Amino acid sequence: MHKYLPHTEKDIEEMLQVTGAKSLDDLFSSIPKSLRLKDPYNIPSALSDYALTKHMQDLAKKNQELIIFRGAGAYDHFTPSHIKALVSRQEFLTSYTPYQPEVAQGTLQYIFEYQSMVCELTGMDVSNASMYDGSTATAEAMFMAYAQTEQKTLLVSETVHPRIIDVVKTYARYRDLEVVIIPHTSGSTDLSFIESFEKPVMGVLVQNPNYYGIIEDYHGFAEVIHQKGGLFIMNAEGQALSIIKTPGAYDADIAVGDLQSMGVPLSFGGAYIGYLATKQKYVRKMPGRICGITTDVDGKRAFVLTLQAREQHIRRAKANSNICSNQSLLALFVTIYMSTMGKEGLVKVAKESMNGAHYLYKKLLETKKFEPVFNKPFYKEFALRATFDVEKFEKTCLEHGILGPLHIKDHILLFAVTEKRTIEEINQLVELVVNEA
Amino acid sequence: MVKAGLLYSESHEWVEKDGNVGIVGISDHAQHELGSVVFIDLPKVGKVIKKGDAVGAVESVKAASDLYTPISGKIIEINEALENEPEMLNDNPYGAWIFKVEISEPSELDKLLSPEAYKEIAEE
Repeated sequence: MHKYLPHTEKDIEEMLQVTGAKSLDDLFSSIPKSLRLKDPYNIPSALSDYALTKHMQDLAKKNQELIIFRGAGAYDHFTPSHIKALVSRQEFLTSYTPYQPEVAQGTLQYIFEYQSMVCELTGMDVSNASMYDGSTATAEAMFMAYAQTEQKTLLVSETVHPRIIDVVKTYARYRDLEVVIIPHTSGSTDLSFIESFEKPVMGVLVQNPNYYGIIEDYHGFAEVIHQKGGLFIMNAEGQALSIIKTPGAYDADIAVGDLQSMGVPLSFGGAYIGYLATKQKYVRKMPGRICGITTDVDGKRAFVLTLQAREQHIRRAKANSNICSNQSLLALFVTIYMSTMGKEGLVKVAKESMNGAHYLYKKLLETKKFEPVFNKPFYKEFALRATFDVEKFEKTCLEHGILGPLHIKDHILLFAVTEKRTIEEINQLVELVVNEA
Repeated sequence: MVKAGLLYSESHEWVEKDGNVGIVGISDHAQHELGSVVFIDLPKVGKVIKKGDAVGAVESVKAASDLYTPISGKIIEINEALENEPEMLNDNPYGAWIFKVEISEPSELDKLLSPEAYKEIAEE
């Protein structure tokens, strides 16, 4: 038997007889020799059950359980135990993409409920069935704005997470679109830059809370952007939306962001989940799939994929997006999280995170080892400028089982606090600053 | 049905000449082939288009098809009523115009098909 293939010599012989080929080489003779693999695969041999278990355990031992004070897009919120139990049901975990509504009502219903809750959370009219992550959802929003306006320039605030900007720029490059950065004035997007920008634009991308954790005031932005004929795109992380002003309330045209912070574990950086929601009038420009509610032939409530942008399947060369799928299992994490936390639970988590962050901010300034960077309202994340050796401090933190803040640049550190951080843990970090920094 | 008094393209659009303006729609044959139309992606007013450009799309329950312009010029008006009632394209294809073009190349009209010539194509 071949290393990883289950076919025996006898199986192969039988199949060759059916095909009429004399040998495997004969079967593959239509593939040019230059394209064929000459050497065996460079893959290690199979391990025994015991050896493999030991190997995985040794790898697992390298993981460190750290107390996390870092965010910058991925947040250490708690995943309630019931989520893991429920998503592990095989009807959810192993189910195929719900193209056949007659056998996929359960999957379709939770997607529908996910969409309904995302609309409520963002204040938008319609949501798709989810995206792969917040960054790619943001890039897809750019494609929507381009399809809608046929203008090639997108303005992006400098306060948007730099990794999101990187992804947007990568997508833009291969569609020949232009990304222009709007400079920030002390942590807030400069509206006057947009007002005085002379070229026509497809739209403007901002983030709230922004990369520095600041809750920006986007009052007046929609008006200016719409006057220029562009779309207002707002990236907002899910958890924050339970307490801050929504993209819908700011009259944003497209809301996008990551939902990792709502029940999805950190998992060393992924898989995560993004959302994309918009106004009713742009529903046809939405990427991905959308689940709708209808009635079946007997008049009973039924769920079904709907408004699937035909061009993604039929006129693919002209497609506005090639995303035809969704991040279903993680959408289920988020759906269960939102429905079992409830509105009050979400607000409670957000407030506890915010209170912890504000307490840490105050305590750190009291150590006199930091200077404020921005004097702006913030949610669970904030930036401070350190007056000490930040690299040495990061090592000290790790030695004490703490993942410290992210060093952005020039001694500016970005701290994040979630509801998981106890007062003792926060005080432990402050003590480290006092004694070791 | 092929309506008299109109010009036709091989891609199944009709054109009605009104002074220097061309009014464009899709033929009865086209709507019949598409089936029930559920959505139309209309072009933008002010856009300058060239004969043969795909300027929009028509979606039906069984297909999605590009909408080509049979004449060059500038789009001066679109039939926005079709956004909410795309089924008018099925019910009354020669009444449901889609867009109006300020004609920039009048000689292109000479190359379009007469109702008789189009009838042969549509009935093939």
